[in-house]
Amino acid sequence: MSKILWMHPDKCTGCKLCEVACSFKKYDEINPSKSRISTVIYESPPFYVAMACPQCDDPWCANACPSAALEKNPEDGIVRVNEDRCVGCKMCVLACPFGAIEYAPEEKIAVKCDYCEGQPECVEFCPTAALEFKDADEGGAGQKKRSLADTLRKAYMEGGSL
Amino acid sequence: MSYAGKLLRVDLSSGKISTENLSASLRDEYIGGRGMASKILYDEIDPAVDALSPENKLILTTGPLTGTSMPGGSRYMVVAKSPLSNTVACSNSGGYFGPELKYAGYDMIVFEGKADKPVYLFIKNDQVEIRDAEHLWGKSVPETEEALLQETSPDAKISSIGPAGEKLVRFAAVMNDKHRAAGRNGVGAVMGSKNLKAVVVRGTNSLKMADTKAMREVSLRTLAAIKASPMTELFQSFGTTMAVDVKNSLGQFPTRNHRETVFEGAGNINSTAVGEKVLVRNKACFGCPVACGRVTKVDTPQYSGSGEGPEYETIWSFGAACGVDDIEVITQANYICNEMGMDTISAGATIACAMELAEEGHISEDVVGRELRFGDAEAMLELLQKIVDREGFGDILAEGSYRMAQEYGHPELAMTAKMQELPAHGSRGAKGQGLAYATSNRGGCHLRGPMYYIESFGRFEQLDALSTEKKAPWLKTLQDQVGITDSMGLCLFVPHEPEDVYAAYVADTGSKLSPEDLNRVGERIHNLERVFNLKAGLTGADDALPPRITSEPVPDEGPAKGQVVELDQMLPEYYDVRGWDAKGVPTKEKLKELGL
Repeated sequence: MSKILWMHPDKCTGCKLCEVACSFKKYDEINPSKSRISTVIYESPPFYVAMACPQCDDPWCANACPSAALEKNPEDGIVRVNEDRCVGCKMCVLACPFGAIEYAPEEKIAVKCDYCEGQPECVEFCPTAALEFKDADEGGAGQKKRSLADTLRKAYMEGGSL
Repeated sequence: MSYAGKLLRVDLSSGKISTENLSASLRDEYIGGRGMASKILYDEIDPAVDALSPENKLILTTGPLTGTSMPGGSRYMVVAKSPLSNTVACSNSGGYFGPELKYAGYDMIVFEGKADKPVYLFIKNDQVEIRDAEHLWGKSVPETEEALLQETSPDAKISSIGPAGEKLVRFAAVMNDKHRAAGRNGVGAVMGSKNLKAVVVRGTNSLKMADTKAMREVSLRTLAAIKASPMTELFQSFGTTMAVDVKNSLGQFPTRNHRETVFEGAGNINSTAVGEKVLVRNKACFGCPVACGRVTKVDTPQYSGSGEGPEYETIWSFGAACGVDDIEVITQANYICNEMGMDTISAGATIACAMELAEEGHISEDVVGRELRFGDAEAMLELLQKIVDREGFGDILAEGSYRMAQEYGHPELAMTAKMQELPAHGSRGAKGQGLAYATSNRGGCHLRGPMYYIESFGRFEQLDALSTEKKAPWLKTLQDQVGITDSMGLCLFVPHEPEDVYAAYVADTGSKLSPEDLNRVGERIHNLERVFNLKAGLTGADDALPPRITSEPVPDEGPAKGQVVELDQMLPEYYDVRGWDAKGVPTKEKLKELGL
């Protein structure tokens, strides 16, 4: 099972260190506007969440790419940009429903999250473990189920019935 | 290095916009932020100038570590001459605005003159425009930000003033990211006096580090240390509000305009009360692993609203200082201040002073327009709005407690140092804090020599809070260290090790300064500010505290019972440690040693 980036909005504090870390790793420069992960901040009610490429199994970006520059690796699950093949047509940017692939005007190619080849720098820098890198079947969905089950259980215990 | 190397100069009188390169020697001598901006202010204005005249300048500045990977690098500073204390003003704030200014490619913006009508400055990297703001004048801070995000870019970051700054309330704040405040010293009034409503920034440039690998290492090392610190979890859970119980138990919680030092209602306004009644969750500023910010909401039959805060200082100023023990009212008062753009410390403390003047019969009900006593929450909220509108009695309240108390013939009842309201750390129960208030270069302030680190929380060294011993040398050390922290663009509440700050500074800038040189910079900044103040007309006689603090023994039964601050004992030692003469003037030798 390939690993994926789990985001935990309940732990995210909106500090944007993930954006700093990403640009620092990818460009040796600090520039959140070039980060491949973005923190979205909702003010009221407060909700903070980091958004990055979910590495689709059937990637919109790859399907839209006319030069076969985008490919999902079945081993590690990462969708990568082949820089030699990318012609900078931006079809992938239009196709991706998540805004997870962007056109980089300086390099004149599409850029996206590649999990830093298995060691995501954003996870390394996240101070609250709001970002975790782990197997898709480990934790995430299970945690959500448990969380919902907890809510149900509490309601049941308090009310005696649902 | 992350210095943009550029200063943006905006002459609001002529509309001329220009950029200048910042010299490398200025960086080495003053680092950036507070230090560099104070030096520029010192060089460019007459310190004796009227702070609300067009001759004053307003500087928004970042430090070299602002916007970098070094945790806590969220700060920008607002520097000017203060209309409240007549000293050099420097007030800093977190949020996201400072980093964005840096990414736009500027270390600082210097505003000069005065626009003939309300304007805002729009910056998108190289594109800089003075734009009309008449449609925003009179709007609250959140309204202003929302309107500006709509008409510029949803990704822009905004620093602005509210109606209080427009009306030249002497303790008006410059606000950013809606709820963060460069609160003290009345910098918002300076901005208002220039008809400058807001600064809107979108920056997409990169910061380059001199040594990428070293910067990454020191950033991760700092993150790990902060995560491992037991203080971090406390800060995340309780923020600064955890200080309420600590300070109250130590007899350092000034109550009813500093008459007493223990507040009987503290249990209703402490961190537990905040958690139970108003807290929604915590929030971080840019790059911060601590996330001490309080996102809150109030929902009572009388009022509902949401926002950020209260912090410890605000709980004190609208709580113990005014004798109010209702956390929901305190939070509401905090929201009013944030929305209108006012310093919560001075606002609450000024109302507390008015409450005492009224109770003592020095001002009549006719003057106030209503009965006024300690503990009257309704009166407190009403006066707060009158300050913003400068309506009736609010007009003199808007001048701050010293000018108000003087107007009614009792300046001794103003709990101020250099005409700025003392904050929430009682000094009769912590003598070094008293010395810090008396000697702070920006008037009554807890952040310019945070002796409470030692006297309330036992950091660095265990010292008896009630003793005057060793306080002077420690204060000098802390004052100089804070000068460095502020100038770097780091937050004081993120516990950095000095050697890590130095390592990050070197990794970022490639500076050849030694750690000793850097300490010397802190001392240089403090002395430069001191010289500014002396040229502004202040003297050693202004290194003073209200007579209540120095000669009225604490009447209550708390740990500070019977205490006063023996300022006359500590001040000569402090001047000596500083290398100043008996009148508090830096000696020629000291200035020469510091290259001033």
